[in-house]
Amino acid sequence: MTKRRKYDDQLLIMAIPFCLLALAISYVPIAGWALSLFRYKPGLDILKGQVGEFVGFHWFAFLLRDSNIPGVLINTLSISFFSLFGSVVSVIFALLLTEVRSKWYKRFIQTTTTLPNFISWIIIYSVAFSLFSNEGVINTIIAALGGAGKVRILDNARVTWTFMSLMNIWKGAGWGAIIYLATIAGIDQELYEAARIDGANRLKLALHITWPGISETFLVLMLLSVSNILRTGMDQYLMFWNGAVASKITVLDYYTYQIAMKSQSFNYSYATAVGMLKSIVSVALLFTVNAIAKKVRGNSLV
Amino acid sequence: MFARRKKLYSGSLIFDTVNIVILFAFFVITIYPFYYIFIYSISIPAEANRGNVVFLPAGFTLQNYVQVFRLKGIARATFISAARSVIGTLITLFCCSFAAYLVTKERLRFRKLIYRFLVITMYLEAGLIPWYLTMQLYGFSDNFLLYIIPSAVQAYFVILFKVYFESIPASLEESAEIDGAGYMTRFWKIVIPTSIPILATVAIFSLVNQWNTWYDNYFLVRSESLMTLQLKLKSFLDQVNYLVQMLKSGQTNIDPNRILTPTAVRMTVTMVITFPILLVYPILQRYFVKGIMMGAIKG
Repeated sequence: MTKRRKYDDQLLIMAIPFCLLALAISYVPIAGWALSLFRYKPGLDILKGQVGEFVGFHWFAFLLRDSNIPGVLINTLSISFFSLFGSVVSVIFALLLTEVRSKWYKRFIQTTTTLPNFISWIIIYSVAFSLFSNEGVINTIIAALGGAGKVRILDNARVTWTFMSLMNIWKGAGWGAIIYLATIAGIDQELYEAARIDGANRLKLALHITWPGISETFLVLMLLSVSNILRTGMDQYLMFWNGAVASKITVLDYYTYQIAMKSQSFNYSYATAVGMLKSIVSVALLFTVNAIAKKVRGNSLV
Repeated sequence: MFARRKKLYSGSLIFDTVNIVILFAFFVITIYPFYYIFIYSISIPAEANRGNVVFLPAGFTLQNYVQVFRLKGIARATFISAARSVIGTLITLFCCSFAAYLVTKERLRFRKLIYRFLVITMYLEAGLIPWYLTMQLYGFSDNFLLYIIPSAVQAYFVILFKVYFESIPASLEESAEIDGAGYMTRFWKIVIPTSIPILATVAIFSLVNQWNTWYDNYFLVRSESLMTLQLKLKSFLDQVNYLVQMLKSGQTNIDPNRILTPTAVRMTVTMVITFPILLVYPILQRYFVKGIMMGAIKG
């Protein structure tokens, strides 16, 4: 064996560029949180040290008094909460799919139902607009059947939470089922054989072998979704937002965008404060959930 | 005994049938919207405008597609979207795989620290404004680099590569090392050729992400010449709302029988954006599945 040093610094030199890239793209923006302590206005040159008047925790106090925040939080939590039912749909879907005897049909259904996951919200909005607008298919069919009046969905605040959650479920349920299908495929086949010999029918097999086999995965994914409850993302709401549903569709992520770029005030500092609190709460939730998972099943999620 | 078995069998048959029907309903709910847009895009716009496209196209024409590509900016936007998808994916593949390769090396000083430093980026979320200002600071506004540089190193992909590389027998590389091959040579000649499945997985993830991403374009790119196809569709959607409104209030004299209706434009552009995904994803869906399973196991 050739004698060699423990470390080879050539490796370190090659790794540095990637670290710098990660630093510049992901860590440097975190330093931007400092703006929440100032009264920054767009146009000020940060590089020249122009960040506006120092206001301390003004924006955090402001947030507590902001009368929009309760409504925005309720919207965020409601849509996230109803979207959680997507996990249930995924499990049921996976259970039904494993019972299919024809391999071809199974594959066909699985492939087609994952498609919406790979489509951007712009396309989904375009699709939804074609179906649900006043001139869309749904209203065309209603009119053709002689129905009076139009079904209003896109601009009807009363159905917004349900509609947004259903869109989330439509987009994600098929994809969500994949992980359960894979878990089911990993269940020991001998368990099924043994139960069959004991005379168990398919319902019993599903309830006593398949479900226990995936229940842990279900719990873990559920916990992860709970920790992501504030992180609805913005794409969907940027597309579906309109004045008629504003009071029900403005979620935290959209609100950040609104106060920074859509209102007259261009309040970058306040938007930074809101975004920062959201990130911190989300990470805290993730660690809490992780700690719970560790206790429950002995190993961590992340 | 015989009767009982028969009963069991028939119950099973009912279940199988119901099950197939339920799953078929899932299929219809997922696919019909796309089918609808497709048949609308090949219908004669004036016919389709009367609202008789539901299950079958009204007439048949490919003119919509020809016309749409003549619209200002569509061909260019398609090119930009394709360019960011391909170039961005190549950069992501190289950066994530090479960074992952380096952190599998025991002789890398601060190995654990570097790996953690890269992985933690997964949980860092600065928020819209800090992100926006930072990108501006780097000169990425109205710059093609915005599409391909920030996505270069992604924690999730680094994890996937690292897990895969660790499963490659060390003996493969050792023989090359004895022959005096450097890290780069070994990476290209040995590690990459044995990692085709994971490269394909990440490539597909990245291609689809790149093709679908539009918020960077939306917030930071004003220049028409750098507009992606997604944002082009968004602007058409916004314009269509506007046009529909105008038509309703009768303040304009747009000929309803003109070749291309706003709706036909929207449907056709939606199809143009969806096609590449439709083409690429069923073939490579198995890679996705492998990918998320690996991520789930090691995560």
